[in-house]
Amino acid sequence: MKTMPSFSREHDFAEHDDGQPDFAAIARSAEFVRLRKQVRRFVVPMTLLFLTWYLSYVLLAAYAPEFMSRRVTDNITVGLLLGLSQFVTTIAIMIGYRIFAKRRIDPQVKHLRDRVGAN
Amino acid sequence: MTVNLAATAGNPTLNVTIFVAVVAITLFIVYRVSTRNTTAADYYAAGGGFTGRQNGIALSGDYLSAASFLGVSGAIAVYGYDGFLYSVGFLVAWLIPLLLVAERIRNTGRFTMGDVVSYRMKQRPVRAAAANATLVISFFYMLAQMAGAGGLVALLLDVHTASGQALVITVVGVIMVLYVLVGGMKGTTWVQIVKAVLLLVCVSLMSVFILGKFGFDLGSLLGRAAEKNALSDLILEPGARYGRTETAKLDFVSLSLALVLGTAALPHVLMRFYTVPNAHQARRSVVWAIWAMVLFYLSTLLIGYGASAIVGTDAILDAPGGENSAVPLLAFHIGGAALLGLVSAIAFTTILAVVAGLTLTASASFAHDVYANVMKHGNPEPGSEVRVARLTAVVVGCLAVGGGILAIGQNVAFLVSLAFALAASANLPAILYTLFWRRFNTTGTLWAIYGGLASCLVLIVFSPVMSGTETSIISGIDFALFPLSNPGIVSIPLGFVLGIAGTFVGERKGVDDPDRRDELEVRSMTGIGSG
Repeated sequence: MKTMPSFSREHDFAEHDDGQPDFAAIARSAEFVRLRKQVRRFVVPMTLLFLTWYLSYVLLAAYAPEFMSRRVTDNITVGLLLGLSQFVTTIAIMIGYRIFAKRRIDPQVKHLRDRVGAN
Repeated sequence: MTVNLAATAGNPTLNVTIFVAVVAITLFIVYRVSTRNTTAADYYAAGGGFTGRQNGIALSGDYLSAASFLGVSGAIAVYGYDGFLYSVGFLVAWLIPLLLVAERIRNTGRFTMGDVVSYRMKQRPVRAAAANATLVISFFYMLAQMAGAGGLVALLLDVHTASGQALVITVVGVIMVLYVLVGGMKGTTWVQIVKAVLLLVCVSLMSVFILGKFGFDLGSLLGRAAEKNALSDLILEPGARYGRTETAKLDFVSLSLALVLGTAALPHVLMRFYTVPNAHQARRSVVWAIWAMVLFYLSTLLIGYGASAIVGTDAILDAPGGENSAVPLLAFHIGGAALLGLVSAIAFTTILAVVAGLTLTASASFAHDVYANVMKHGNPEPGSEVRVARLTAVVVGCLAVGGGILAIGQNVAFLVSLAFALAASANLPAILYTLFWRRFNTTGTLWAIYGGLASCLVLIVFSPVMSGTETSIISGIDFALFPLSNPGIVSIPLGFVLGIAGTFVGERKGVDDPDRRDELEVRSMTGIGSG
């Protein structure tokens, strides 16, 4: 997805006298509010998800050792598979975030930065 | 015993030669890449000139200490599954920097954690708090590394006298201070990169070899490992190390919490995000670091079980260094004295590089937060900040050597887990609230940092680590009122709660500058206004 080039004035968030961008105006702008909401909607649930998943794994290892010791094949236990699946989910979340950030976040950030002339 | 000793030490002369060669090569690299490091940005952050890939590899270098390399694989070799539980925590922990911290830290700060948490708060008290937390955490982490260096060298160079080990620790201190003074962040980063690449290549080759030896059949490797282990099948199940008492279970949960929440708040990890030019590269850093960790921790699983299967736990536990000698012994069995020497040199460089990173972090925190901002109110004379930082690096080096010598022979593993617990209790609440909670204020920050730090330290003093058991630091008396050796399960939630409580109390005193809230929010999300 390609972002629209800045359509209105080049730097429409008026700068303060000291050359600093007007952060309060940016923070209130619809674009920024939307960006913030989208980022949070991804990272907060994802963080809670992986923490819950990891803590369940830890609690299973501590409080359900019989379950974790169950053999799937000869010497491969449920615990080992669950541990390795933590590796898999970590990689999956990482890749998911990378794609999300590249497609959804980076273009919006670039758009905002263009509007204050920060690029 | 003589046979075991010989097998463990390999050939001390060869080991020394390889050690010296590796140290000489890294020092040469540091010398070649170092610019003059005259500005603070050069010295602390390498001018932000590294790419995400380089910094990611360096991050893994900072994170994969000798404790991970020798400790975790050794624990897997001897206790099996319980050692693997460590690996999982160390890896999963990296999602917090990825999702919540790395990019925002890069956008907001310049050199230290204090830059971020003081951004929209009252500068002086918050910076002082951040510097205190940074110094305490770095010091504990460093002590463990230095004491580990003494033990490692005892094992590999056959140095067994206390004075001999003290001498080795002093040499470690001198070399790492040289790295920091000559190379600054740029030189230190290159040492981390070289070391991380060596380490990753070494562990992956060893794992492929082990897998190959067992016909690429994980089941048969595990079977053989259990056969040759004194605990036999128990090493495939949880509980072999931590035991199955209620206290042990809770202690294990507490440790896991500290590992997963502490990583994102370790000062030397945070500081790495300033060595790249922008948030995008900070994100790439974490992605690269995670790939490196995946490779590394999967390898430690194979190497650990491989050591049990090929060397056997009897030989491992008989060797000087016990658990920690699993990897060196395995290297000796696979590739003889040469591979042993190489593995040892990598482990040694690991310690040097990690300690150098910690020294740099501690000196940056003191010079930038305490000297330049608290003492000089943000207007130090040109050049004086870097001078102070260099001086601090020397002082920190001396303290680390002194502390390391005192810690010889102590149980050091707990020091590292304590550093994680401290980081998670004192730093993480302050960082996350600053970035994600608009109402968070100066009082909240101070309560979170000092409350988390103090509760963690107090609980450790009254834990079985300090007194009351045979392996405690102080023997003879028992003042272990707190049953767990890792305080995380209490002190981490406490840090978060105190941050909220302090914020409500602080609001009655009046609010901090609301403009700075907008500024931090916009800047942390978009990088607008950051260099």
